[in-house]
Amino acid sequence: MAHDHLVDDCETMTPSRRAVLGAAGALFAWSFVPKMAYAAPGARDPRFVVVILRGAMDGLSAVPPLGDPDYRGLREGIALQKDGPDAALPLDGFFFLHPAMPNLARLYRANQATVVHAVATGYRQRSHFDGQDVLESGQDGPGMTRDGWLNRLLAGLPAGEGISRKGVLGVGIVPPLVVRGNAPVVGWAPPVLPRAGDDLVMRLMDLYGQRDPVLAKAFASGASIEKIVNREGMAGQRARGGPDNAEGMRMIAEGAAKLVNADDGPRVAALAFEGWDTHANEGGTTGVLAGRLRGLDSALEAFEAGLKDRWKDTVVMVVTEFGRTARVNGTVGTDHGTGTVAFLVGGAVRGGRVIADWPGLKLENLHERRDLKPTTDLRAVTKGVLTDLFGVSGPVLAEKVFPGTTGLAPIKGLVA
Amino acid sequence: MAGDPRLTLQAVHRFGLGLRPGDLQKIGADVRDLFRAEVDRKAMASVSGLPFASTNEAAPALRAFAERERMAREARNVTPADASTPNSMVSSMGGAMAQAAPATTPQQQPGAAPAQAGTPPAAARPQPAEPPLPQRVYREEIRARFHAMLEPLGGYTERLVAFWANHFAVSVNKGNPVRTFAGLLEREAIRPNVYGRFADMLLAVETHPAMIVFLDNQQSLGPNSRAGNRRGRGLNENLAREILELHTLGVAGGYTQADVTALANLITGWTLVAPNAVDGIPGTFRFNPNMHEPGSHQVLGKTYADVGNGFFVVGPTNAEPGFERGKAALMDIARHPSTAQHIARKLTRHFVADEPPASMVARLAKVFRDSDGDLQAVSRAVLDSPEAWGAPSTKMRTPQEFLLAAARALGRKPDVGQILQPLSAMGQQMWQPGGPNGFPDTVTAWASPEGLKTRLDVAAAIARQSAAGIDPQELINNVFGAAASNETRQTILRAESRYQAVAIALMSPEFQRR
Repeated sequence: MAHDHLVDDCETMTPSRRAVLGAAGALFAWSFVPKMAYAAPGARDPRFVVVILRGAMDGLSAVPPLGDPDYRGLREGIALQKDGPDAALPLDGFFFLHPAMPNLARLYRANQATVVHAVATGYRQRSHFDGQDVLESGQDGPGMTRDGWLNRLLAGLPAGEGISRKGVLGVGIVPPLVVRGNAPVVGWAPPVLPRAGDDLVMRLMDLYGQRDPVLAKAFASGASIEKIVNREGMAGQRARGGPDNAEGMRMIAEGAAKLVNADDGPRVAALAFEGWDTHANEGGTTGVLAGRLRGLDSALEAFEAGLKDRWKDTVVMVVTEFGRTARVNGTVGTDHGTGTVAFLVGGAVRGGRVIADWPGLKLENLHERRDLKPTTDLRAVTKGVLTDLFGVSGPVLAEKVFPGTTGLAPIKGLVA
Repeated sequence: MAGDPRLTLQAVHRFGLGLRPGDLQKIGADVRDLFRAEVDRKAMASVSGLPFASTNEAAPALRAFAERERMAREARNVTPADASTPNSMVSSMGGAMAQAAPATTPQQQPGAAPAQAGTPPAAARPQPAEPPLPQRVYREEIRARFHAMLEPLGGYTERLVAFWANHFAVSVNKGNPVRTFAGLLEREAIRPNVYGRFADMLLAVETHPAMIVFLDNQQSLGPNSRAGNRRGRGLNENLAREILELHTLGVAGGYTQADVTALANLITGWTLVAPNAVDGIPGTFRFNPNMHEPGSHQVLGKTYADVGNGFFVVGPTNAEPGFERGKAALMDIARHPSTAQHIARKLTRHFVADEPPASMVARLAKVFRDSDGDLQAVSRAVLDSPEAWGAPSTKMRTPQEFLLAAARALGRKPDVGQILQPLSAMGQQMWQPGGPNGFPDTVTAWASPEGLKTRLDVAAAIARQSAAGIDPQELINNVFGAAASNETRQTILRAESRYQAVAIALMSPEFQRR
């Protein structure tokens, strides 16, 4: 069945519209027209955060299509319910939200969250390793892992542009592939070890200042982030839990939000949450996946709270490398699949919508008779967000950011 | 000790592993002799106390482990984690994801055993009484390697081993086979050839199960091979591409997509003995002619002819025409001038400067070409390069080099937790780079603001554990001799505590730079 919400989004992707877009793009002399360049004073100073869920999130449990007559039969013991004490949260009457995500449901009702369903990258195998590489590199296939699409976005911005000058925040000592590349990358991670004392830092700064200008500069250039870290009271904190549990996810989101919120901080960031590979005992309203989703929900709340006045200019994009099998397996879990969901969350999102060209869950409609069939390319979603948020031109998106996607139109109207 | 103290210290950092208490007194007038002697003697540290001496021993154990896991799953009425994983030797990513955890999972206080390092998420799997075999082997390999590197006075050989291991990088995040075999790749393919021929090292690496699995060659089928015809699957170019791009010619080395495809065809059938095979040790390397693509293929302008009947030979031996032509292609690529240039550039960048002096690169490339890739000659030429002596120390020790140097300076023999945790915190966990291109080898990568900050955290943690009984003046004498700058000397001696003095010494430019 074609889902109601799709109608206007389908229209934007017709060939005629695409031709119009291409012509419009050609009118501009620059390959790139940042919105700020022509927007009125006080216009949007956007924030963009990519959250990668490593391990392949089960989109059919995160956003169960309870209106699909085949859902319950496929999902058996982990099927979610419309009614009862742990009822799934209604979105549009057809799609529901996992009950572990009340904040996302609230944001959806406030038109600040959009769900894209039956979505996937161009990758059609089932290796996490390669799937994540494709997701983050933005390339057509695996093995091209020198840089990530978010970094290439910044590298493609005009040099004087504040967004690119402030760099991309990659959370973690080794930042996610999506932020790596030639454009400046700034780092932060909830510290694993106790942080060395200020006095020691001062003494070393002094020594480097006298003996080693390069190390002194690196120490000093970290000072901008460090300054925000201290100003925001993050300095004494130690990592609580990792990126695969609720507390760790929230702490990472709180930290990233504070850094991205700061006037002197980066505008663009990426981070990763782990533990979505639910082969066994995935659980329904409670269980492994519910715990992870609760962590993600809490992280989204932390972004909203931490970004404060900037929330209205923010898009948080939540993505995963692929989905999971439509049918529950013999271990009350799901195996590696294909189509899944992506979330767009934030005050800048034109939300309250589920975007899906719903393929249906009948066996003959499943990809290889096993997975939710992807009907929307995740890159079209991302390109749509980048177009609206940063004013990136079609050619830059199709050649630099997501090479080889000239034929893939950005989905329009994702950003308010 | 004699000679210029600063030159000595620089050389020890640039070519060696770092000074231990008393080492300076053992180094003669010309520090070069120390490293030249290693090359001449082909000195090699002994990595000992390991669970498996060879892949031939480890592979059956891994096979048995995988079998036990499978039976345990079936006993719990569990289907395989991912039925679509083409090779049963490749673990499900459930395991691999969990194994990635040490890089990001916060762990205990320094010094505590990292009990959860690499342990699968509790919710996903029952907690085993001891770490599963691949994790156990991985930890033992790391411990043995690190401890072996405490032994040499100089350690140029060990630096070369580390260089080549990173040149031929694999990542244990790929799954259980690579986790089990990563240390063996280094011991079996790299160490024995570090002063041998590059071509031999190349062949040993590309036929090692760790590399075969890491770059998916066991899944690569000649589209027109018997197996390809039967299964309707085809080529996987992963290994062939990285051989050309990373291991030999370099990305600008003058090859095309057609060369990648042709080489991929020529190395189809380079695979592992199947789990249930009786004509070989399951999980070890074999050439399988049934997977080998027939026809002639051209790489870099040279045609490797069809092997005709050889295609139909069945058996585990690798001395088959189908294997031999892939090997011949590899040998030719190893001799290509671009390979000499690529290796020369990487060696110079590693030992001298991020922007390698062209004169030294050219000289090393010439030695490489003239000696047919004799790595003993090339390694000696590195030491004999005037560009490598006296030029400012612009490089910085990598996290692994730093941790080892700190242990040597303080006379510590860290346990495996004291190795794993700081390396994880600093972003250079053993055999776990982000991709097949290995860890970065530039100072700009490691001297990142967050990297320096974390390095200071590690230095502080080590100092907390070691400071008792350390005399700062003696530490200065041991690790810098007369080469410490006044500023560093004063900053250490004016520290408010022994702990602070040790941390400053470890973080001083003299200690960090090489």
